[in-house]
Amino acid sequence: MRESINPPLTPSCNPFQKKKGWFQRKEMLGINLLRLATYIIIACALFIFSDIFIKGVPTLVKSEAPFINTEFFTESPQILTVWHDSAGNEYSMTQEKHDIWVIENPTIEVIDIHNYTASGGGILGPLLGTALLVTICMAIALFIGVSAAIYLSEYCGTGKLMSLIRLAILNLAGVPSIVYALFGWGVFCYMAPNYVTEISDRSLFAFSIGGGYISFEGWEQSLLAGGCTLAIMVLPVIITACEESLRAVPKGFREAAFALGATRWQTIRTAVLPYALPGVLTASVLGITRVAGETAPIMLTAAASDKSKLPTEVLADEGFWSFLTQSVQALPFHIYTLAKFPDSEYVKPMQYGSILVFLLLVMGFSLISMVLRSRIRKRNKW
Amino acid sequence: MVASPTSQDSSTDPALINIDDLGFSYNQGKTETIQGVSLHCPEKQVTAFIGPSGCGKSTLLRCINRMNDLVETSKITRGSINIMGQDINAPDVDAIELRKQVGMVFQKYNPFPKSIYENVAYGLRIQGIKNKSTLDEAVERALKGAALWDEVKDRLKDSALGLSGGQQQRLCIARTTAVSPKVILMDEPCSALDPIATAKVEELISELRRDFTIVIVTHSMQQASRISDNTAFFYLGELVEYGDTNKIFSNPSVKQTEDYISGRFG
Ligand SMILES: Nc1ncnc2c1ncn2[C@@H]1O[C@H](COP(=O)(O)OP(=O)(O)O)[C@@H](O)[C@H]1O
Ligand SMILES: [Mg+2]
Repeated sequence: MRESINPPLTPSCNPFQKKKGWFQRKEMLGINLLRLATYIIIACALFIFSDIFIKGVPTLVKSEAPFINTEFFTESPQILTVWHDSAGNEYSMTQEKHDIWVIENPTIEVIDIHNYTASGGGILGPLLGTALLVTICMAIALFIGVSAAIYLSEYCGTGKLMSLIRLAILNLAGVPSIVYALFGWGVFCYMAPNYVTEISDRSLFAFSIGGGYISFEGWEQSLLAGGCTLAIMVLPVIITACEESLRAVPKGFREAAFALGATRWQTIRTAVLPYALPGVLTASVLGITRVAGETAPIMLTAAASDKSKLPTEVLADEGFWSFLTQSVQALPFHIYTLAKFPDSEYVKPMQYGSILVFLLLVMGFSLISMVLRSRIRKRNKW
Repeated sequence: MVASPTSQDSSTDPALINIDDLGFSYNQGKTETIQGVSLHCPEKQVTAFIGPSGCGKSTLLRCINRMNDLVETSKITRGSINIMGQDINAPDVDAIELRKQVGMVFQKYNPFPKSIYENVAYGLRIQGIKNKSTLDEAVERALKGAALWDEVKDRLKDSALGLSGGQQQRLCIARTTAVSPKVILMDEPCSALDPIATAKVEELISELRRDFTIVIVTHSMQQASRISDNTAFFYLGELVEYGDTNKIFSNPSVKQTEDYISGRFG
């Protein structure tokens, strides 16, 4: 008879005894290396966020009610004037307020007066500019993106052309933003058609219509040019996400609609789109997060580093077309502008305050899209 | 292995659907999934398609309301299908109009995630009917016809997805009958249901038989023998035998049919 492979256990020794050798040590080393790498990431994130938070919060809050520094959100960037009186008290106000103050307090001597660019007021202009840019961008991108996604997933088959289009979209998603920026700059700022009464020198082509001319001379740096450029940039994201949510709609819905005598468009409109809509919504919020943070395209196609009039004031004073073709301030570009100013204790709060607001906005949108997505996952039972 | 002509003449009722030497391909004619099938479905009778899975029952069924048009590379390679004397693949036939007359119920019940009412009204709404009383009437009639009215009449506004599987499938049947088609095609309508829900659907089918011509694909031989007037047995894309259900089940003329029915293969 053959000997048993498993000899009976001798109870005296622990068969699961921990071994200590170089092999075990190597394993521990490996695990700890991985752990270290993870901790480095966390440390970086913590450092960035806490630094911005600690330095930015004092700009946004006040010690007395309503505890929020409303001026920071309701005024545009202005020149800050800092001066002393003979008693050595320091005063700091926006230049405008300083001028009024001087008239109201004629007895106090003003000495040691300094002006600091963009260190006073708030970020209303950049905030509004970013909001408008994002709105215009999303309006254009959603219209084109959803249409394209519908065509790609519902009408266009699975042929060679289809894979070519897919490849193109995929590649578009990988193009660096500076390339989009330059493209938008060239096309929208210098080539797009404009309705003018007098043809400019740089017009590529013009024909007369009505009392004026349609001239291909571009929109210069403007809300419209910026919105269009951002829209093209975010299109791949929107198309891909929309297509995915269209495909996620069960085939059964389409078949049921077709079998009841619905046309293709009726099927899409009543049995597909409504159920893809939540996904489209998530995609667009995700898109907003992406474009809101873009700086390069905005810098070249839309942004003004300094602007006295609010975009809404332009709308009220000069009409809709001027509104669309005005240059605007934008939050990311404003942060960049602030960062270039010579360091002073007065510009620092503006820098950190702007960055904190920007960060909170982008994080807020990311959060919304995450919540939306998990909600949809839970709700869809089909 | 084509059905003997005599077995085809077993029914004396006028045929509503006439399939003549039909060939169908999913890949532009490279291979035929349906190979020269000829059969007729008499009006206001139940015709059952049986056969091992993959033999082309669903494919043939989807030829009857041209659902296969949705598959880009599909092609009728030969033969014809006539419904009420009209060749449905003729160039002047609109598949949309055809499907209003030839409804379909699917294997997996697929109500829309809408209210019960809106599900039944869907087919009428897409035909542009907006009149509330017309819709109300049609919905009630269809739900009564599907033996579902008593169960849902108090919650017509509730989501259809809250119904049980069997109720959902009967709702899908009501949705189909609401547009008053001539023919109802059913593709294994009970395969996702439990025995009790299945019994209810079968009962419903024998009721619907009075108003509609029904073609049903089923994998259950018992079901075919219980509910159908005529049975067609398919194997590998060909019609092996077609005839009166009683005759097919009691005295099949082809050995293969007998083997399949007695469970010796498939
Ligand atoms: N949309 C399709 N495209 C290509 N081939 C298909 C498609 N649907 C079914 N087939 C093929 O056609 C054959 C018959 O399928 P089907 O009609 O579904 O069989 P059954 O319903 O009898 O089980 C199978 O081999 C299947 O793989
Ligand atoms: Mg099938």
